[in-house]
Amino acid sequence: MPKAFPKALPVKKIIQETDNVKTFVFEYDLGAEPGQFVNMWLPGVDEKPMSVAYCDEKEFWVSIFAVGPFSSAMHELKVGDKVGVRGPYGKGFSWKKGEHLVMMAGGYGAAPLYYLTRKAVSDGCTVEFVIGARSKSHVLYTERIEALKNVFLHVATSDGSMGVKGYNTLILKQLIEDAAKGKSFREHCGDNTCEREEVDFAPLDCVYACGPEMMMKSVAEICLEAGVESQVSVERYMKCGFGVCGQCSVDGSGMRMCSEGPCISGADALMIEEFGKYHRDAQGKVHEF
Amino acid sequence: MKFVNPLVVASGVLGVTGASLKFVVENGAGGVTSKSIWLKEHKGHKNPVIIANEHYMLNAVGLPDAGIEKARLELGKYMDNKPAPLIANIVAARVDDFGEVAEKVSELNPDIIEVNISCPNVESEFGKPFACSRADAAGVTKIVKSRTKIPITVKLSPNVENLVEIAKAVVDAGADGLTLINTIGPGMAIDLDMRSPILANKVGGVSGPAIKPIAVKCVYDVHKALPNTPIIGTGGITTGEDAIEIIMAGATLVGVGTAVYYRDVECFRLIAEEMSAWCDAHGVKNLSEIRGVAVIK
Repeated sequence: MPKAFPKALPVKKIIQETDNVKTFVFEYDLGAEPGQFVNMWLPGVDEKPMSVAYCDEKEFWVSIFAVGPFSSAMHELKVGDKVGVRGPYGKGFSWKKGEHLVMMAGGYGAAPLYYLTRKAVSDGCTVEFVIGARSKSHVLYTERIEALKNVFLHVATSDGSMGVKGYNTLILKQLIEDAAKGKSFREHCGDNTCEREEVDFAPLDCVYACGPEMMMKSVAEICLEAGVESQVSVERYMKCGFGVCGQCSVDGSGMRMCSEGPCISGADALMIEEFGKYHRDAQGKVHEF
Repeated sequence: MKFVNPLVVASGVLGVTGASLKFVVENGAGGVTSKSIWLKEHKGHKNPVIIANEHYMLNAVGLPDAGIEKARLELGKYMDNKPAPLIANIVAARVDDFGEVAEKVSELNPDIIEVNISCPNVESEFGKPFACSRADAAGVTKIVKSRTKIPITVKLSPNVENLVEIAKAVVDAGADGLTLINTIGPGMAIDLDMRSPILANKVGGVSGPAIKPIAVKCVYDVHKALPNTPIIGTGGITTGEDAIEIIMAGATLVGVGTAVYYRDVECFRLIAEEMSAWCDAHGVKNLSEIRGVAVIK
């Protein structure tokens, strides 16, 4: 029986990540696994599901992009203001000890994948963390990612203002090729110059994607073709968050993305009729991506 | 129509899409009820819409729906290789609209039409439900019957003083069956730290284990007065023994909704297994042997 009453928690700390993204820190033992979400409630405004960006016994974080009325209201909060939190809900990501993993973050998908990365490296995994964003100003969490051992950051931006110009799937394809050859290059950059070093490159055990659905679909397809496991986080409009209302059931299997998801294998996601095609609104009406 | 077991998912639970209804049948339900279908798009309430604890669930989803065209699409998907009987639940704000939505829904060929005149969480929008007045309840029943040949069941409210009188009026007006009960209340839960009601709609219908005794009594009273009217008994049914209990009160089918929260979607399979085990242990070969057995006639 999931926790289904909100708990009012004061905001402990607010971190301005980019112009439009703030991270809210709450001092509470939430017990969330990477990929799980919480429903956050502001009385009189709304309640929305949000991915957990970090969690330990003392605190958890949620990173929010100011995009609509709820997230804008969240951005107006000050330290000490209270937010109703219920959860954690949903099925998270899974991994095994000592694996070689790839994180495919589309924009703000970097936040939940950061938490997954921290847990995975503490289990002896090596992580290639690939961020794709519109431009440098939308790239999140790079300092935190670079501070982790056995984690290698790769960036692609649509306008080329940071890292490779283009989609982050270009980098994924390169990583898959490198893994096939068993060799790759690591860049070590100083203030002005970068040095390339050829290194041994282990096979990829799993690729995780979180971000726009079309990006996740590409990742799942690329991985399926390459014979690499993948997991994606499928977001649908949610109400209850605990599997009763049926709002987030997907076509094909009828699986509830709040319960059997949101984190499912890429192969399962490709079996969902609507994956990468359409989703439903609060009235259950279909909208194409 | 043939139900492999008497358990049907109650309206409002896992009933937004055809795929979701099929998912419920895969998990052991003997039949399904769609979420309430409106003629035209109707917006529900803002979140939070559902909260729950070990005793009860409180909901004010507010009957969101995209209208009859969406029902055509979703129920069409369900009817394609239909795995179990379909009860199409309909709702309207005006008596005349009930007739029109019933006629349109009938084109989709459901096994039963369930007429929702008892939702307690849209009172701020529509006033007291039709189920609170004998004349209104009978009026809706009459107009629905005049527009469809499909059997209809009318879903009544427990939040009235004269449930039996209303049930009789609805059956006199032509209802083939009754669904008892809709949620109780409305009720309210206040968060102490926020000093605010939790549901965005402030109030919502109460369901879950806490309301089972009320559901059992309502079914008992109505079955006693109308022994030949089939009843879908619903309200807090969570275990096989709960289901047996409401059948002993007079229910023919058993609606299961909030149990999905307590025991997840596999509750249908579990309740059906528990019912079989109880029947085996007590020498009951057919549920008709115990239907209404508790009612002193």
